[in-house]
This record gives sequence, C-alpha cells and structure tokens, in this order.
Amino acid sequence: MVIPKLAFRNIWGAGLRTWLNVVALSFSFVAIIFLQGLYNGMNNQMEKATADAQYGGGQYWQSSYDPYDPLTLNEAHGVIPDDLLKLVDDKKAVPILIRQATIYPNGRFQNVLLKGIPPEQVVLSVPSLFLKTDEETIPALIGNRMAKSTGLKEGDYITVRWRDTNGTFDANEVKIVKVMKTNVPEIDNAQLWIPLDKMRIMTEMPNEATMIVLEKDSQFNKSIANWEYKDLDFLMRDLKALFLTKSIGGSIFYLVLLFLAMLAIFDTQILSIFRRKKEMGTLMALGMTRSKLIQLFTLEGAIHAVLAAVVAALYGIPLLTWVATNGYGLPEATDSYGFALGNRIFPSYTAGLVVGTTLLVLIVTTIVSFLPTRKIAKLKPTDALRGKLT
Amino acid sequence: MKLFIYLFIMIIPFTNIFAVTGNEILKKVDDTITSDNKIAISKMIIHGRRGSRTIEAKTWVQGVEKSFTEYLSPAREKGTKMLKLQDQLWTYSPQTDRTIRIAGHMLRQSVMGSDLSYEDYTEDPKLVNLYNAEIIAEEMFNQRACWVLKLEAQKSDITYHSRKIWVDKERYIPLKEERFAKSGKLLKSLVINKVEWMSDRWVPVEMLFKDQLQQGKGTEFIVESIEFNVNIPDYVFTRAALKK
Repeated sequence: MVIPKLAFRNIWGAGLRTWLNVVALSFSFVAIIFLQGLYNGMNNQMEKATADAQYGGGQYWQSSYDPYDPLTLNEAHGVIPDDLLKLVDDKKAVPILIRQATIYPNGRFQNVLLKGIPPEQVVLSVPSLFLKTDEETIPALIGNRMAKSTGLKEGDYITVRWRDTNGTFDANEVKIVKVMKTNVPEIDNAQLWIPLDKMRIMTEMPNEATMIVLEKDSQFNKSIANWEYKDLDFLMRDLKALFLTKSIGGSIFYLVLLFLAMLAIFDTQILSIFRRKKEMGTLMALGMTRSKLIQLFTLEGAIHAVLAAVVAALYGIPLLTWVATNGYGLPEATDSYGFALGNRIFPSYTAGLVVGTTLLVLIVTTIVSFLPTRKIAKLKPTDALRGKLT
Repeated sequence: MKLFIYLFIMIIPFTNIFAVTGNEILKKVDDTITSDNKIAISKMIIHGRRGSRTIEAKTWVQGVEKSFTEYLSPAREKGTKMLKLQDQLWTYSPQTDRTIRIAGHMLRQSVMGSDLSYEDYTEDPKLVNLYNAEIIAEEMFNQRACWVLKLEAQKSDITYHSRKIWVDKERYIPLKEERFAKSGKLLKSLVINKVEWMSDRWVPVEMLFKDQLQQGKGTEFIVESIEFNVNIPDYVFTRAALKK
C-alpha cells in the first residue's frame, strides 16, 4: 500500500500540472464517447428509417431484379407465387412493381422509377394511403427531395411516359397527390409512387410484381422458384459498410486528441524523472528496489487516467445526456448527401462503449507512463543522490 | 356497245377498283426512303433553352440494321462515334477512350441533348413490317398534295402504338409524321421542310424533329450530302471501328 499512497500524494502535490493533464485527458474521454455515440446513433437511425420505409423485414426479389443494373429492370417482373400471395393477402407483405419511366416536369425530361404499391399496405412507412382516390386521374406520391429537384408540388399534373410489358410506349397525366417527407433517399430520389392496380393495367402486368417486402421481424424465408430471398443483413450491407467507413474516418479525430493527451502525460513523466532524481536516490537508499520505483512512477501516470475519468464524468455525463435528449443538429445540406438521417442525430451511448473507452484510455495512459520510467532501471543510488542520471 | 363504253368511262371515277391502298403507299414510302446502303453528311441543330448548337456528323448506313456515325464538329464532340447493329447500340467517346453500350433506360436518353432518343436511332424504319396503314384523308401540306395515313401497330411490341403520316402523292416521301402513345397522346413529331432530287431520288434534306412532351423548338436535321449504293467495307460496322 506504500506505492499507491506515495503515488497519490505525489500526484496531488504536483498541483496545476496534474490538473492540466487530467483535463486534457478528460477531453479525450468525452470526445471518444461522444463521437462513437454519434456514429452509433447515426447507424441506428439509418437502419431503422431504411428498414421502416424500404426493406421491411426482408425482401423477395424477382430473379431478374438487380437494383444496381438498370439494363435488366425491364425484365424484372413476375406473377406473385401463391406462398407470397397469401402473405400479401394477410397484409404481412407488400408487392412492389418497378418500371422505368420518363417524366416531363416544366417541359424538361427526367428518367424516373415508376413504383406501384397497394395504397392500403401497412408494411412500409410510405404514406401510400394518399394514393387511394376515386378520381380517374392516376394519383402519384413523390418524396420531398424529388419535389425539390423537379419543382413539383401537391396538386400538380405531370406527363409520364413508360413502356408496357411489350415495350410499347404509353403516356398519361398523373396528379401529385402528396409530397411525403422522408429521410430515406432510396424511396425518394427520382421515384414516382402510384397505385399498384393502376400500374398493372398501365403496363399490362396483371398480378405481377418486381419485389415483395416482408413485414418487420418476419420469419418467412422459404425458398421459392424464380424469387430470391434477401435478408436484412444482405439488404443493409451497403449501409453498414458506409457506417464503418464513417466510423473509421471519425476515429482519426479522437485518435489525434488522445495522442495529444498522451504526449502531455509522457512529457510529465520525463520531467518528473528528471526533476526527482534526488527523491529517487533517497527512496533507493531507504531500501526501495528499482522495480518498485518504476511501479511508483507508472502508477502516478496511470492515476491521471483515473482522475480524468472522474472529471470527464463530472461534466461529460450532463453534456452527453443533453445531446442524447435534444439531438445533434445537422446542416441543411446534409440532407442531399443521400443518408437516411433527418435533421438531427440522436447519439446512442452503450455501457460497452463507456467501459471500453475507459479501459482503452487507462491502458494507453499506463503504457505511456511506463515508457519513460525504464530509465530508472539503470539508475545508481549514489548518482541519484548527487542528482545525476546516467 | 358504245353505251357500255360510255357508262364504263363515267363510272370509273366513282369506284376504287384501281385505288391505291394505305399499305401499298407505305411500301412505296419504304422503298423511297430506304436503300441498300448510303453515306451521308448531315447537320443537327439542337435548339435548347440557352441557345442552339450545331453538330455535324458523317453516317454510313447498310440496310436497316447497320449504321455507323462519326461526329465531325464541334471540337468538343469531334471523334464521338455511334454504332448500331440491329437493336444494339454502342457509343465511343474520345475523351474517355471508352466504348459504352447503350441499353435499357439509357436508350431513352436524348442523343447529344437533341429531341431524338437513342431508341429513335435503333428502330427499324421499314414501316410496312410494323404497321397496317389506312388512308384517312387527303390534304395539302406545304403546298404538296398528300395522303394522310393512319398507321396501327401490327404487333403489341412496337415502340409507337400508332402513327399518322402525310405522304407526298407524287414523290412518296412522308412530309409530316406524328407518333403516338397507346393512350393516343402525341409523343413525337417530324416535319420535312425541304425535299431535293439527289443521287437519282427524292431525299428529305431539311426536317424538324420534336419531342412533343418537352418544351423547346425541336431539333433540325439537315442533310448536306448523300451518296446511295456505295461500297462500304464491312469493318466499318464493327466495334473495333469505334476506336479507330
């Protein structure tokens, strides 16, 4: 118990120098937890919003469908098989028919994806009920990004040109019945949602769909001929890869912070060893071994991390709690980056994150504290007493 | 006997026993506008919102299935090439030194910002193979007597479900054309403003192509020179020729 007592006394005695190191290190604690929490929150928000609006609990794709290959989209449709039709009838799945089309907003032309969805569906968070109208005109739903890029607003009529299943052109007017506010660009950018039954008539594709979206937490994953099951892990793969890239990019920031804090600890240790040679000689003369001395100086350095954790908790807990409650506002332009984020990110801190960060800083600080003390191993007590360091 | 001959002469103008049918006119139109092969130098004037651009191109055509186009000017487009083999289309850009196959939705993109889409390039111009024609009127257009033909697609997989064409009665050249969607909506129009006698046949040399769903003045197409039935080497219609 002598070494911890001595270590605490020395740390306390160093006064302002200790507290400067502790405060600098506490910034690292808070920054790491805040940034990681921010990325966790971002990831959770993106996953939830995308699953709610786009992926549901998994999807069945018609075997020709490949979202990254527009050349095959014309062939990507088929009659819904009985197994999936039963789920659709039970409102446990929603069929979506996708075709390419061209719209002519303000006399310009723009290629879009025409998506047919049953208005009464409850599987996805797309506000498809707005498509349920008795009007003759084809009702259409667009997202806020699409509305912004095309200059369309609710009540506007727009000409749409598409090809039917045989490849023959057809064109008609559609009415924008709703501009939906959505965080998910994948259901918004260059997309026009119309009632599935109307789209089937327009394209001469009765009872057909391009994909079937299952309800959330659906356990249905039966193998079906000409339809491929895609689970959420597969569907979210790109999103997770994006999150990982962002997370790695963000970690550079806090690694720089941590490096600066460690530099301060390292300098303090070097200075201590240089200035406290006589003290070391005295302790050795009184019978303290070199290894005990190394332990003492290493512990002094490590205590900085413990104190930093306490200080970080003092101001970090209220600060991070406030941010988690009120969210972190994103600049306006972020919306156009293509992330399903919305206007604010709500950080998510887990126990693992807090404990992991504390252990990381503690271990790194201990190692950094230990490195300069290796010089003590070569110290001769007589030289130390005279203030020499060999 | 004299009475019989007299009656026969009187009746002929009111019968259609020798009248030409829509499909016969259409066949003659195809025969007039298509040839075994041709080499043409043409200008495309694209009237956009911010002004007009002129693109000059040389085109080699063999039958209705093979064509090769090389853009000659402006400097920015010079060297860009386009190859059509049946219903497949490739473009080559000298800036990127890459050949791209145009397919799917890209076929609907406009060529160089004009009113023509890539699929307008790829369609089979032998109308008699695709449509049934019916004479619906006889009208004057650009001071020329014309038959107005209504074309209805023979099959369900034809790009334009119906067309209306104004055919010059004397020269069998379509002077105006309108292309419709299944719903009856007018999609595209073509007006031929000038026809000239070149290389022993009547050739439309100035025309205006317009996407009727878009705003704008359309795209003018001017044929500067044309040669028919010339010998075009086979290698011209290969993908390797795009990079030459």
